[in-house]
Amino acid sequence: MPAVSKGDGMRGLAVFISDIRNCKSKEAEIKRINKELANIRSKFKGDKALDGYSKKKYVCKLLFIFLLGHDIDFGHMEAVNLLSSNRYTEKQIGYLFISVLVNSNSELIRLINNAIKNDLASRNPTFMGLALHCIANVGSREMAEAFAGEIPKILVAGDTMDSVKQSAALCLLRLYRTSPDLVPMGDWTSRVVHLLNDQHLGVVTAATSLITTLAQKNPEEFKTSVSLAVSRLSRIVTSASTDLQDYTYYFVPAPWLSVKLLRLLQCYPPPDPAVRGRLTECLETILNKAQEPPKSKKVQHSNAKNAVLFEAISLIIHHDSEPNLLVRACNQLGQFLQHRETNLRYLALESMCTLASSEFSHEAVKTHIETVINALKTERDVSVRQRAVDLLYAMCDRSNAQQIVAEMLSYLETADYSIREEIVLKVAILAEKYAVDYTWYVDTILNLIRIAGDYVSEEVWYRVIQIVINRDDVQGYAAKTVFEALQAPACHENLVKVGGYILGEFGNLIAGDPRSSPLIQFNLLHSKFHLCSVPTRALLLSTYIKFVNLFPEVKATIQDVLRSDSQLKNADVELQQRAVEYLRLSTVASTDILATVLEEMPPFPERESSILAKLKKKKGPSTVTDLEESKRERSLDVNGGPEPVPASTSAASTPSPSADLLGLGAVPPAPTGPPPSSGGGLLVDVFSDSASAVAPLAPGSEDNFARFVCKNNGVLFENQLLQIGLKSEFRQNLGRMFIFYGNKTSTQFLNFTPTLICADDLQANLNLQTKPVDPTVDGGAQVQQVVNIECVSDFTEAPVLNIQFRYGGTFQNVSVKLPITLNKFFQPTEMASQDFFQRWKQLSNPQQEVQNIFKAKHPMDTEITKAKIIGFGSALLEEVDPNPANFVGAGIIHTKTTQIGCLLRLEPNLQAQMYRLTLRTSKDTVSQRLCELLSEQF
Amino acid sequence: MQFMLLFSRQGKLRLQKWYVPLSDKEKKKITRELVQTVLARKPKMCSFLEWRDLKIVYKRYASLYFCCAIEDQDNELITLEIIHRYVELLDKYFGSVCELDIIFNFEKAYFILDEFLLGGEVQETSKKNVLKAIEQADLLQEKTENMFHSKSIIGYKKAY
Repeated sequence: MPAVSKGDGMRGLAVFISDIRNCKSKEAEIKRINKELANIRSKFKGDKALDGYSKKKYVCKLLFIFLLGHDIDFGHMEAVNLLSSNRYTEKQIGYLFISVLVNSNSELIRLINNAIKNDLASRNPTFMGLALHCIANVGSREMAEAFAGEIPKILVAGDTMDSVKQSAALCLLRLYRTSPDLVPMGDWTSRVVHLLNDQHLGVVTAATSLITTLAQKNPEEFKTSVSLAVSRLSRIVTSASTDLQDYTYYFVPAPWLSVKLLRLLQCYPPPDPAVRGRLTECLETILNKAQEPPKSKKVQHSNAKNAVLFEAISLIIHHDSEPNLLVRACNQLGQFLQHRETNLRYLALESMCTLASSEFSHEAVKTHIETVINALKTERDVSVRQRAVDLLYAMCDRSNAQQIVAEMLSYLETADYSIREEIVLKVAILAEKYAVDYTWYVDTILNLIRIAGDYVSEEVWYRVIQIVINRDDVQGYAAKTVFEALQAPACHENLVKVGGYILGEFGNLIAGDPRSSPLIQFNLLHSKFHLCSVPTRALLLSTYIKFVNLFPEVKATIQDVLRSDSQLKNADVELQQRAVEYLRLSTVASTDILATVLEEMPPFPERESSILAKLKKKKGPSTVTDLEESKRERSLDVNGGPEPVPASTSAASTPSPSADLLGLGAVPPAPTGPPPSSGGGLLVDVFSDSASAVAPLAPGSEDNFARFVCKNNGVLFENQLLQIGLKSEFRQNLGRMFIFYGNKTSTQFLNFTPTLICADDLQANLNLQTKPVDPTVDGGAQVQQVVNIECVSDFTEAPVLNIQFRYGGTFQNVSVKLPITLNKFFQPTEMASQDFFQRWKQLSNPQQEVQNIFKAKHPMDTEITKAKIIGFGSALLEEVDPNPANFVGAGIIHTKTTQIGCLLRLEPNLQAQMYRLTLRTSKDTVSQRLCELLSEQF
Repeated sequence: MQFMLLFSRQGKLRLQKWYVPLSDKEKKKITRELVQTVLARKPKMCSFLEWRDLKIVYKRYASLYFCCAIEDQDNELITLEIIHRYVELLDKYFGSVCELDIIFNFEKAYFILDEFLLGGEVQETSKKNVLKAIEQADLLQEKTENMFHSKSIIGYKKAY
């Protein structure tokens, strides 16, 4: 029942809504809805003609059902009938239904358009308003075809009511957005511009939105709006707060309109001097007002005032021509950086990012560096920290690069996973761009790999190799540094890649030192060999053959390694081939030939950093433009990036910076993204069709699933081609699962795509994050995927892991249930007998207890049972139950939203070979699910 | 503005208004994703967040979350005040509006929104003018008595 039922109370509707709200379960709700739908259907089909009120009531019920998320496939005709009612409320409900549930049924559209046409022609402003709202809400092409010609006329007609003009303006705006081709410019445009002068501020507000959108595409047509907008704005900002009556909002005169006018002005360059002076005055007034004491303590006052201020600053930045205003804007934002309102700090960081790219204010922005760094360290909201990272990136130049990069690196150690990759890219770009000393650059990138190796993309480590190869002053240092970094007992694989490549090229530069003699270098690299993936091992084999050339003294050792069974007979074709060929090469080739074949890599041609390209792709080009680039557009570049290296003459045959050290092209580098799904020829299309379906669960999947309830590691799935292993760890409501996909064959898997699928209900309760894996899995290789897990609230279903790939010519599709179960978020709780029973009694509500009596499926062994209960996650409480044969456990399920205390008791009956399991928790669904899971284990 | 969603602390959708054409499936997906994201945020966090290529502006009033998706160049603070003005309109119309008012009179909530925002843009910011338009429809109707006393979402009763 409504608190206040104004207007026409529809009692039947209110009763129905109450019924739905009282439904205890989803099933009961669906049942009630189906009953209602049947009732409405029979009423609509019945012989008796329904009166307007009943029709309205039923249509409204249908609408309610639809808004609950159910499908509605009838009632449209009855709603259309309501449109032609003379009663306002009936017409209104009809229009609402059509707006929400528009159907592309052409017959219906014709009827709807007819009704709209009648209402538009009625000259009744309320009816016209409803019709215009409907067009604006639906905004379909059919409606644009029918009304795009008519609405401009209504908009500019002298006798149109103000409220109708407002609706007409925004209705036209919506039609222009969906079908700009159907809204031709014409005589009406100049008259629309003059609406900026209208007496009625509501009309001006609506018209400004329309003009702003139209002016973006047709600037010439609307350029007279600039001076009108400036004079309107000037009148608003200089008015007293009472002048505008109801358009003053918490002592701020017409904030919405001011923001819109300032937006409109951002469609144009700075205006002519005369208008410009007036505009500058407006902007100064707005900046001055920001310094005045607030007229109200309400947050609405400060929000409205600052909304106008931020929009004014956007305009100042857009014009980028008044140094004085730019610096003032920057100082204002600087004050906000330390404001106690999180919202203002966020916006100030965001807005300053654009200011940093103006040459007039760049220096002023830089003065806030300490505040921004502090924000990075102390802000509690990740979205604010993200803004701080963006701003540091934008304000970075040669003078502060070392400081900013150091701060970003130290932030990276604790940064949120969601933004790590982006920070890595930013650090890599800044380090390269502002490196005066390339030893600093090399150190920075190696640090990146050490701190956040998993987030360092191929582009980043390719780039460091390109730069080291192109700059001979840093090669010795790089060799020494990677050699030292590789001493760490656990190095990230990316470091092994960089180290292998660089030592293969420049290891000779440090070989004079007995601490890094050739043999020591080799042994160091080879100690990492067996822990690496196939591509890295392939790279290391190439390093070894390079060593054969660089250091004849280790030739015999390397040949022994190449000759070993694990290389020559390796299950992976690529590794085997490299071993065979390199061994042969080292045996048959003369020193001269070896030296020629294994010569140092030629310099890479200079081009846009692939990392920059990647960041642009990630963030959109506008966010990556920086001061250097914008300056270059304005004037000559005085201090650009690193000096260009003479470009190679054969740009076409650029050696790809792939893992293949020799550039022999034995294998093409693995594509980093998923292969294009279409346009790859007929064959690919055939496959991609079949690839869209998800396979049913693999046989035996359920059994395997149950085995993981009480343990975290093991083999989840295995067939003749593929093995899937799991290793997982959980803490409170978070977890991490490593999935290992092993290719058991000697042939590559192509288009290898594992996908995690959460059913709708599950998605809200369980958060899974992962990154795609390399689409190619070499024969014999194993790839790893990390899934970060967050339990938001308790859940029942398990996610499904679907794996699709191509093996030889055939498409493979496997689905298995991923054993992420509710009990994984268990934390054991020790408690004394007395406490246990006290809590047990507290949870005596019938819904809180679930009991199951079942037959033992396994031998009833006390020790195994204990291990299972502990593996299940709860604490095993000794000496609690008076009967020592019984098992008692306690723990807390951690979810993001809540914590649920759980008690359990398992009573074995050896004679009957049965168990009785009882669970009591504070939440019925949790008791239910834990009981199901644990019952399967004994 | 691209869309506005009203949902409860329990994640129940109370009102949805879409200003861009999207399929029902897409709408449900967006709703699910956003409700989850917004509900997961802590009280003192900033009211804005980047989401896909849009900006989300949200604010909580008692048990209800009001959540708007705006485009990159749109003004976040003024959007917060759009939300507030809408709450004020509901409050004025229902008299200390609460979640139940919006559940039981969902059609009125839509009508008020249409008078205030059209096509995703502010149509009329004057509270008087909006309510004048909406009350025309109610003029001929009788009032029924107040049956429920729930907590107002603004927190003050008929302050204006």
